[in-house]
Amino acid sequence: MDAFIAGLDLVFQTEVILTIVVSALFGLFVGMIPGLSATMAVALLVPVTFTMSPVAALATIITCSAMSIFAGDVPGAFLRIPGTPSSAAYTNDMNDLVKAGRVGDALGMSAVASVLGGIIGTIALILCAPLLADFALNFSSFEYFWLALLGLSCATLVAGDDALKGGISLMLGLFMAVVGLDFVTGIQRYTFGNMNLQGGIGFISVMIGAFAFAELMRRASVFTGQRLEVRLDVSGRPMPAAKTIWQQRKSITRGGVLGTLIGVLPGAGADIAAWVAYAVSKRFSKNPEQFGRGSVEGVAGASSANNAALSGSYVPTLVFGIPGDSITAIVVGVLILKGIQPGPLVFSQSADMVNALYIIFLISNLLLVPFAILAIYMGRFAISLRDEVLYPVIMLLCMFGAYAVSNNIFELWIVLATGLLVWVMNENDYPTAPLILGLVLGQVVEQNFMSSIIKADGNMMMFVNRPVAAALAIITLIVWFFPLIGVLRRRTARDPATDTPLS
Amino acid sequence: MMKKLMIAAAGIAVSAGTAIAEYPERPITMIVAWNAGGGTDAIARVVAAGLEKELGVTVNVVNKPGGGGVIGHSEMLTTRPDGYTIGFASAEIASYYWAGNAQFKATDFNPIGLVNFDPSAFHVAADSEWQDLPAALEAIKSQPAGTYKTSGMGAGAAYHLAFAGLLKANGVDPMLVTHVPSQGAAPGFQELASGGVQIIPSSLPEGLSMMQAERSRPIAVLAEERLAAFPDVPTATEATGVEFSGGTWRGVVGPQGLEAEVAEKLAAAVQAVATSEEFTTFMNDKGFGAAAYNPEEFEAFLASQHTSVGEIMNDLGLAQRQE
Repeated sequence: MDAFIAGLDLVFQTEVILTIVVSALFGLFVGMIPGLSATMAVALLVPVTFTMSPVAALATIITCSAMSIFAGDVPGAFLRIPGTPSSAAYTNDMNDLVKAGRVGDALGMSAVASVLGGIIGTIALILCAPLLADFALNFSSFEYFWLALLGLSCATLVAGDDALKGGISLMLGLFMAVVGLDFVTGIQRYTFGNMNLQGGIGFISVMIGAFAFAELMRRASVFTGQRLEVRLDVSGRPMPAAKTIWQQRKSITRGGVLGTLIGVLPGAGADIAAWVAYAVSKRFSKNPEQFGRGSVEGVAGASSANNAALSGSYVPTLVFGIPGDSITAIVVGVLILKGIQPGPLVFSQSADMVNALYIIFLISNLLLVPFAILAIYMGRFAISLRDEVLYPVIMLLCMFGAYAVSNNIFELWIVLATGLLVWVMNENDYPTAPLILGLVLGQVVEQNFMSSIIKADGNMMMFVNRPVAAALAIITLIVWFFPLIGVLRRRTARDPATDTPLS
Repeated sequence: MMKKLMIAAAGIAVSAGTAIAEYPERPITMIVAWNAGGGTDAIARVVAAGLEKELGVTVNVVNKPGGGGVIGHSEMLTTRPDGYTIGFASAEIASYYWAGNAQFKATDFNPIGLVNFDPSAFHVAADSEWQDLPAALEAIKSQPAGTYKTSGMGAGAAYHLAFAGLLKANGVDPMLVTHVPSQGAAPGFQELASGGVQIIPSSLPEGLSMMQAERSRPIAVLAEERLAAFPDVPTATEATGVEFSGGTWRGVVGPQGLEAEVAEKLAAAVQAVATSEEFTTFMNDKGFGAAAYNPEEFEAFLASQHTSVGEIMNDLGLAQRQE
């Protein structure tokens, strides 16, 4: 309790409160700009934190990341262009809701779900950090392999109506994941001797191309110079009705818990959490056909998950100094620079610091509500601009965002190439989500498979030798063969032996 | 058109002339081939702050990550040699050539000053039966190849090569230990804790959290002398009697063709920063090893690195070229 009061003391200082407000505004802007991710917002702030006190530095990073993860939803809702990668999963739903005049159900719901998800994650961080960290530490490459494979299988759930087109999109994503230096041997694959491709195809540039540039191309192709299209109806209230929130309680809780668990696992962050929560919400939903066409459930589940993942990723960071995602990787660096060594001793040696961190998490999540309303009104202003002004500006910001990732002009070619590819795909009803999941998870699957097979000396049985790995393997196989089992059951109703999948 | 070009050329010639006369007269850019927030970036920013004081102009750190560091490092070589763009290079420049990832060699860089050397260490799991380095080396030698595994970095990274070099120096075939590649030290230590691998050759500070959590312990450090922050960890030379040190390093480099005056001024400034109390305190506090090699020492170091890295990468089958 003393530590808690000491923590309060550390947080409620003019310097800290001021940095919280300023970094919240900064996170809001960066998150709303298509092409700039939450990780980049944090990376931009790193040099600034060098001069701050440790608590202020942490407050800057936590507030900025929480705010930009939410703010990414705003351009998604108004323009169908996600502001950050973690909003991509439910961008179409948000945009369709806004088009139907339900701003409150889209952005308001995402704000409320973000707050609740963030708080669920923070409570998990406070109550069971050491316990959860032990759970995460027992994950070896075998478990990660199955988990990533399971995530890839989720791609089939978000694939849309045509399984074949979804599959082709997934394969394209997997192919893009192969480009670059081989993980084990360091040999170049599909780089055509171009050194810009040695590190692989940049995720951020692909996201900008697939979501922002392709959308701009679509707009350009239907643009006639006249305002024939009725503008989005944004007259609705900015917040959802209390009844709607109550209806989504299950979806929000499920998203929060899933998001926390995914955040706790090192290497998987808010982006993957949102996709998985979206897919799971769809699986459990009574109205799965609404997903992708304006589902409040999907928005609630996924936006709760991405904010919960932010808090969850601090669990392994604090307990073992192992970053849970790309943002906490930066946090570890900043903490060490501030003379704080993350690890089990941080709870006893810097208990006030840890409590301050909890308090900052709660404050920054609660701050989301007023800032969300501000963002919604700012978004309304943005789309009241003429298309001829708005879209070139977005185009420019996207180019800037892609360039800023690594100060490399080559990234713009990636944006152009993926943008054109995805535009053509979308015009022919190929979904984008499987391509993105293939790119992100393809690398995870491959790297963990290679690490595992090297560790196991080529013995495939090792993949199912550990209890958690075996359980994940069974779940993955069930997801794969579930439709097949259904068919078999109907055909051979009398022979139950064929129900068990081969393993 | 021709006239415009002539004027432009004359303008450049004039400005270049004055630039040398009063170097430095405008901000200097220092390229870092890795992301902001990482170890190389952190040290580069402290060096940049020191250089600002020494040279009296702003020194901007620009991150050019990508291509496994090849992009940023090759830009350090191809930039205009006017002294206004310099680079903060890391140990990887010694391996790109051998791995076939780049055409440039470590010896192609213009050495200005090495400021950091981080020795590799020999981390084992807390419950490992190995109490000292000789026991570990004996076990590796006596068991079939692939019984023991390392992780914590990509294949061919500086610490991996240092570890292989240690085995070779002690008469153990480096191929006896299988390397499981990982993205950074953290996932490697996680593998160590979950029993997937037996050895992590990362630096001592990188293992501090896991040591405190009593999940791992270091049995040797591959340095010339014990580290002040870890007085209980013996050096590999002490433990085995065979002299060996190895690890990763970072230093300020430039493109070839710098004016002698500019190169001297930069080298003097880097030396002053590297030996300043501010810098050494920062490095000690953060667990980095401070060093101060002048251009001649740095040049000799790069040459020896180029040769030894080539040898060990060929031994490990990671090289795409023989020489």
